[in-house]
Amino acid sequence: MINVIVELSKYVILTLMIIYTFYCFYMVRRQRAGSQSESLNKQLMLIFLMDFVAFGVIFLKTMDPRVIVFFGEMMAFFAAIQVLYRIFYKKASMLLLNNMCMLLSVGFIMLCRLKVSTASRQLLFVAGASALALAVPVMIRKMKFLRRLTWLYAGVGVVLLAAVFVLARTSYGAKLSLFGVQPSEAIKITFVFFMAALLSRDNSFRSIVTATAVAGLHVGILVLSRDLGSAVVFFAAYLVMVYVASKNAWYLLLGLGGGSAASVAAYHLFGHVRQRVTAWRDPMAVYQNEGYQIVQSLFAIGTGGWFGMGLCQGSPQIIPVVENDFIFSAICEEMGGIFGICLILVCMSFFLMIVNIAIQIKNPFYKLTALGLGTEYAFQVFLTIGGATKFIPMTGITLPLVSYGGSSAVSTILMLSIIQGLYILREDEDEEFERRRKALAQRARERARFERGERY
Amino acid sequence: MREGRGTERRRSRNREYTLVSVFFVVIFLCLISYVIYFNAVKSETFINSPYNTRQDTFSDRVVRGQILSGEGEVLARTNVYEDGSEERVYPYGRVFSHVIGFDSHGKSGLESEANFQLLTSHEFFLNQMKNELRNRKNMGDTVISTLSAKLQNRAYNALGDRKGAVIAIEPSTGKILVELSKPDFDPNTLNQDWDSLVSDETNSSLLNRATNGQYPPGSTFKLVTALDYFRTKGSFSGYTYLCQGSISAGDLTLSCYNGTVHGEEDFYSAFASSCNCAFADIGVDLGGASLRKTSEDLLFNQSLPLEEAARSTFSLDRKSSDSLVMQTAIGQGKTLVSPAHMAMLVCAAANGGDLMKPYLIDQVVSSTGEKVSTARPTVYKKLMSLNEANLLCKLMEAVVNYGTATALNGRGYTAAGKTGSAEFDENGSSHSWFVGYCNTDQPELVVAVIVENGGTGSEAAVPVAAEIFDSYYFD
Repeated sequence: MINVIVELSKYVILTLMIIYTFYCFYMVRRQRAGSQSESLNKQLMLIFLMDFVAFGVIFLKTMDPRVIVFFGEMMAFFAAIQVLYRIFYKKASMLLLNNMCMLLSVGFIMLCRLKVSTASRQLLFVAGASALALAVPVMIRKMKFLRRLTWLYAGVGVVLLAAVFVLARTSYGAKLSLFGVQPSEAIKITFVFFMAALLSRDNSFRSIVTATAVAGLHVGILVLSRDLGSAVVFFAAYLVMVYVASKNAWYLLLGLGGGSAASVAAYHLFGHVRQRVTAWRDPMAVYQNEGYQIVQSLFAIGTGGWFGMGLCQGSPQIIPVVENDFIFSAICEEMGGIFGICLILVCMSFFLMIVNIAIQIKNPFYKLTALGLGTEYAFQVFLTIGGATKFIPMTGITLPLVSYGGSSAVSTILMLSIIQGLYILREDEDEEFERRRKALAQRARERARFERGERY
Repeated sequence: MREGRGTERRRSRNREYTLVSVFFVVIFLCLISYVIYFNAVKSETFINSPYNTRQDTFSDRVVRGQILSGEGEVLARTNVYEDGSEERVYPYGRVFSHVIGFDSHGKSGLESEANFQLLTSHEFFLNQMKNELRNRKNMGDTVISTLSAKLQNRAYNALGDRKGAVIAIEPSTGKILVELSKPDFDPNTLNQDWDSLVSDETNSSLLNRATNGQYPPGSTFKLVTALDYFRTKGSFSGYTYLCQGSISAGDLTLSCYNGTVHGEEDFYSAFASSCNCAFADIGVDLGGASLRKTSEDLLFNQSLPLEEAARSTFSLDRKSSDSLVMQTAIGQGKTLVSPAHMAMLVCAAANGGDLMKPYLIDQVVSSTGEKVSTARPTVYKKLMSLNEANLLCKLMEAVVNYGTATALNGRGYTAAGKTGSAEFDENGSSHSWFVGYCNTDQPELVVAVIVENGGTGSEAAVPVAAEIFDSYYFD
């Protein structure tokens, strides 16, 4: 009997996800076209239904009361964040907020199915970060000096990364964390702030050289610490921001050329880079060693097929570090390849929304910041999903908001609240513009009346 | 008007932003396309990998399906008893032991290759639901193999108690009709016999000799030498050789079988009578590097397009001594080959040069007979040109017409092939080889037979091949 429910739930969950994905694009397109609240509420309903069905199934399969407790806590969190945003930030992008809840939901479902205690810890991090992040939009508005702290951002970034390189112990072949915190996650934000602060004021050749030197320092330390995923994400943000600030496509080509040359060099210099490439080329041939993880991931995705095995009916726990770098494979195995594709589309719409916000902002510092953060997000999604599916070599990086990981969750949520802050500023700008336009029109009308009065 | 200009200005200011988002949309779409491609095309090789332990959890909910022969005979089925216990039964017992394989003590043969299909149920969904509600397992899919129970049985009896292997492939499609290896084992009593089977190293009964046996090819290798000759010289005509019964290089002297002196011969008669002296002479003329090139074109030292088949080895190069080249050119030396590989070579020749990918799973149907999937024959690789293929066929026809396999004449069908006797010890004992096909106009069935310690090809292997051909046409 339970199997029938699980079997049916697969299709229900998938259908809800497909409808949700459709709404994402439908609303990105008509973001400015009047009232969206109806669609937004429908999205919330879809998220709730999906969670309800998914956690119901997990409970039926495990009969673990902690699942129900977790579900309650999670719902309380979602309700709180939705209500608080509506109270404090009426002008925030609710679509962005909904997408955040959706991605968190997908992550919580999978984490809870893997291990309830992991999901609980993750919820704690997420809730804490969200509480902190509530203050961020206000700070963005008040603290106008943020754009002048250029060298502070660079200093903090380099010093912290260097500290990790020197002090951290190696885990899974990489040096990532200090006292359980991964500074590289936070430095993703300061790095974008640095680039934006530097390039928004001055996009001359000299300042681009400076940017390159600092970016090179960041990326170099990360490669030495074997944190390849973060290194590539930083590099992508650097390239995109230089290109957009300079409006010169040659920098992009030059950067891509340099990046390729550096990758080839890294391949020859570092054993850990070579390992990743070997495992990518033919993982079956090195199944016993470096290929094991990726082969297990492909087994999971392949066995799941289009519709998945159903929650709690696969064996995603065979994949090493499934809750971090390979959460996408677990999702594909149990919820299906089509669900995975929808997830990619939701991430893509999330990115497009951020770029859309960047386009609408007029202040160049905020504009670049939004784009830089968006680029980091998009590239990280690409790296982790591409790596898990063997589209590109594995770099070892989390899927933002979905994977387990305190530092990653906190920094992504902070990042999103910064973008929310920028979005709210843009609304302010618009209002200001509207007021000025009205004032101008008023004056013009008065003058016209005055002129008419003179004539007659 | 004013507003139009405004948006235009804004658009130009944001051109880079638009380009960046287009770029990311493109890479996301590539990613999605890849996920679709992986699921649609590539996932199958990963799902079916014997390393994929996920399949085994399927058996909690699915009764392992049946394996049938091409004619519909049951080769393996699972009996479910009242108490819910299951037993895998192989009605043909030892006849199909290696090719069907087993599902306990690890997996082998078709049981391993088709594991995923056997443990997947495509029963009508309402039935599946009914079963689930009654807490009963669904019936796994039925795998219809390409194997012929009729031919396999005949080959099994023809080989008798001797060690050896037989493989028969339809050259136009790649369907494997017979795959037999002896000594064998009884899959029905595998649990009781396992320990003794594993510890018995003299018989290696678990080894599938058809795909993984490593034998010197003997004179069947002259097919490769002949092809290399044609590729080097451009023609067989104009070749003459005077066989004096023996030939020497360094301190090695080779002689023709039984010391026969073949006298004056052309290429066809040298091939038909399997003249060692002529081919040793040709080999030295061609040299090790050239032979290596052609043999690697023919998949020596390469992985073969068959699940878990062993690679054949060919070790000559330009530095090899003349005496080793001489031996290798007539199929002795260090060359090792499996019957399956030799059959593939003949398949390519019999199919105009195209080697069809050999396969064992013809169809998968649900337990109630609804079609799930059907195999489509695919060309694995063009091993030789049409002209080269036709010439090799001509050579093999000569062997049956007036050479070492005349026993295949006058049986109501036409045939072609090559015999071989592969010496494996100092006393001159040899394995008996035959590779060939029936119906010279439109080759229908390729067979490769090896009888260990069976003497010459015509003594032991040709009669086995003849029985298979007879059965193919007349049973």
